[in-house]
Amino acid sequence: MANFETVVVDTDLLIIGGGMSACGATFEAAYWAKKNNLKVVVVDKAAMDRSGAVAMGLSAINQYINYAKGVNTLEDYVRYVRQDLMGISREDLVYDIARHVDSTVHLFEKWGLPIWKDEQGNYVNEGRWQIMINGESYKVIVAEAAKNAMNQAGFTDWLYERVFIVEPLMDFDNNKCLGAVGFSVRENKFYVFKAKATIAMMGGAVHVFRPRSVGEGLGRAWYPPWNAGSTAYFTIRAGAEMTCQEVRFIPVRFKDGYGPVGAWFLLFKSRATNSLGEEYMVTRKDELPKWAPYGEGKPMPANLRNWLGMEDVMAGKGPIFMRTEEAIANLAAKYKDDPKAFKKKMKELEAEAWEDFLDMTISQSLLWAGMNIQPEEKSSEIAAAEPYFIGSHSGASGAWVCGPEDVMPAEYRAQWEPIGVYNHMTTVKGLFTAGDGAGASSHKFSSGSHAEGRIAAKGAIAYILDNNTAPQVSDAVIESMKKTILAPLDRFEEFAKLSSDPDINPNFIKPKMFMFRLQKIMDEYCGGVSAQFTTNKALLERGLELLQMLKEDAEKLAASDLHELMRAWENTHRMWIAESHLRHVLFRQESRWPGYYFRADLPDMDEANWRVFVNSVWNPKTGEWTMKKVPVVNLPV
Amino acid sequence: MPSYVILEKCDGCKGQDKTACMYICPNDLMVLDKEKMKAWNRAPEMCWECYNCVKICPQQAIDVRAYADFVPMGASVVPLRGSEDIMWTVKFRNGQVKRFKFPIRTTPEGQANPLGGYETGTDDIKSPILCTEPASTGQSTLPTLKK
Repeated sequence: MANFETVVVDTDLLIIGGGMSACGATFEAAYWAKKNNLKVVVVDKAAMDRSGAVAMGLSAINQYINYAKGVNTLEDYVRYVRQDLMGISREDLVYDIARHVDSTVHLFEKWGLPIWKDEQGNYVNEGRWQIMINGESYKVIVAEAAKNAMNQAGFTDWLYERVFIVEPLMDFDNNKCLGAVGFSVRENKFYVFKAKATIAMMGGAVHVFRPRSVGEGLGRAWYPPWNAGSTAYFTIRAGAEMTCQEVRFIPVRFKDGYGPVGAWFLLFKSRATNSLGEEYMVTRKDELPKWAPYGEGKPMPANLRNWLGMEDVMAGKGPIFMRTEEAIANLAAKYKDDPKAFKKKMKELEAEAWEDFLDMTISQSLLWAGMNIQPEEKSSEIAAAEPYFIGSHSGASGAWVCGPEDVMPAEYRAQWEPIGVYNHMTTVKGLFTAGDGAGASSHKFSSGSHAEGRIAAKGAIAYILDNNTAPQVSDAVIESMKKTILAPLDRFEEFAKLSSDPDINPNFIKPKMFMFRLQKIMDEYCGGVSAQFTTNKALLERGLELLQMLKEDAEKLAASDLHELMRAWENTHRMWIAESHLRHVLFRQESRWPGYYFRADLPDMDEANWRVFVNSVWNPKTGEWTMKKVPVVNLPV
Repeated sequence: MPSYVILEKCDGCKGQDKTACMYICPNDLMVLDKEKMKAWNRAPEMCWECYNCVKICPQQAIDVRAYADFVPMGASVVPLRGSEDIMWTVKFRNGQVKRFKFPIRTTPEGQANPLGGYETGTDDIKSPILCTEPASTGQSTLPTLKK
């Protein structure tokens, strides 16, 4: 076995991840852990200043209720999410996040995030729930506040950066999480974190499906490529119940650069039209009653908007254009009789349009500059991207978690009574999650993920105070996990000398080709881009067969260095979320989110039988998957 | 290849144990060649073009060449990030240049005050009230469901 020092770190609370949720959890934990004399450790595979999905920055905060001023109510938000997710959401979780998210946004502003204000000093709304920010340093500021909270509370040696967590540390006999294990990507060290409670917040999943760009542009995914499905892997492997794993997200964005469209649609009031100048939202509106009641409600669910555009593309009416030139002309029109004011307004709109990209998708600026596109002169193509797993956005995949005591319906609560009712605990004792890790609570975005991380941290501290026993793990278990995790290095060492090419060898597969194999399976059999997001039972069953062989070959992954060892495990994580997704799509006997995926053999929505969650559990002892339907309990709103 | 290192400008962060770009890259792509004392991007096809290496480099030795598989050649987008704002220079394929300046924060670097001056309304670990609440929500009580 490769020669790695084993480093054991004992803590009360373990926070895994460094993105918005993890920063929220760290901030909140600092307060409650200090009050209760508990220890907190944070592990991040990157550098907290710029890790996670907000690494580049953002141009808007997409969840702000503004309930204290009476602008919207929490009930409004619950109804909005219910509608957008075609009736399937954990309304108790949505309500809970919404009641804390304004606090989080107000803190962001205090910490130094520039939020746009109007002349009266109110935040500038992009849409009903979205507010505009100068967000280049959004993540830097949020990480800084989390670090300051810990340091000012007197914690030392609490942050482990560049440590990649592979696997949960478990007491399977007692359905209890005892921490996590992983390795440093900088030095030969194997890490064992023993914890009384663990919060898994390592983001969603990208590169599970083959992306549209497969050359250099492979990295230009809409969601960042470092989201490797590690949260889902962690909770699935712990034996936690998962929900909505079929609810992937397909963003329609500016083509190839994947620049945001929200500001164009909502703030600039732009239309999208096909090559014939038709607006698919108008010409295809007769399709909507088929998806009633959601198809007839307002606002139109994101997946149905996608679907109408996809139908135009399938009918050969593409490309679809965002009519930026028309939108800017309309906005500037009221100044047309005053040349000076007109020029000023145009300049302002131009800066706003470019900042929208420069704050969060710089590549799109490069694409516009490379194509000589000036939005006030020329339309830009938009297109549906490849599928992503992002429970924080309009997808819903993630773990099935406990809700808040004062809001959670009794039907959900019953499941946690035997193991303990702690907000955001999964169905495994001592294991919590938030952000992209917590399912069926969509539309939390960056701000809601931070708020949810805070909720989970307080829940986890409450759990520790009631269950304050040191985790017991045998050396033999640790040694065996270490051997498995480092095996790709050993495999390379053993076999590489056989071949002239370090990547081509009959005894192993390298992480990159492994990822391409996974992406091809998912793309072609599970409704990716090249299959126009369409699949059926036979395709899914064939895909599952191919996935099983891939799973066997995962035991032949090889790595030549620490970086490649991380890639090997990231791709194993991707493979597990892929299998879970495919099994959920296969189990649900209908098409409910047609703009995300379409079952050609079950082309209709079946509201009578399938307005339910699909939940699944992988049994760590037998390796079997159990699928089930769970009724949706609506809040009285 | 997304981000690349301008060899003439890179000084390998003067032989410290890690370079600024290695420290910051969210995808662990930047590596230091210790013999040449130059950093490099080991997997450009895994680069998100997040520009964090470009923004952090003390020598301004990193630039981005747009993804060659879908962006026509000739454009560049170059940031200059200060402590309060960021300046962008966007050069088009046809030679046109646009400059933009946007604020990035309203507090001095490193000075984010975690609790923001808000009091926390409870010591009860089982209460749904989080630290700084209810004050930070903007109202005097945390809402709950009217059952």
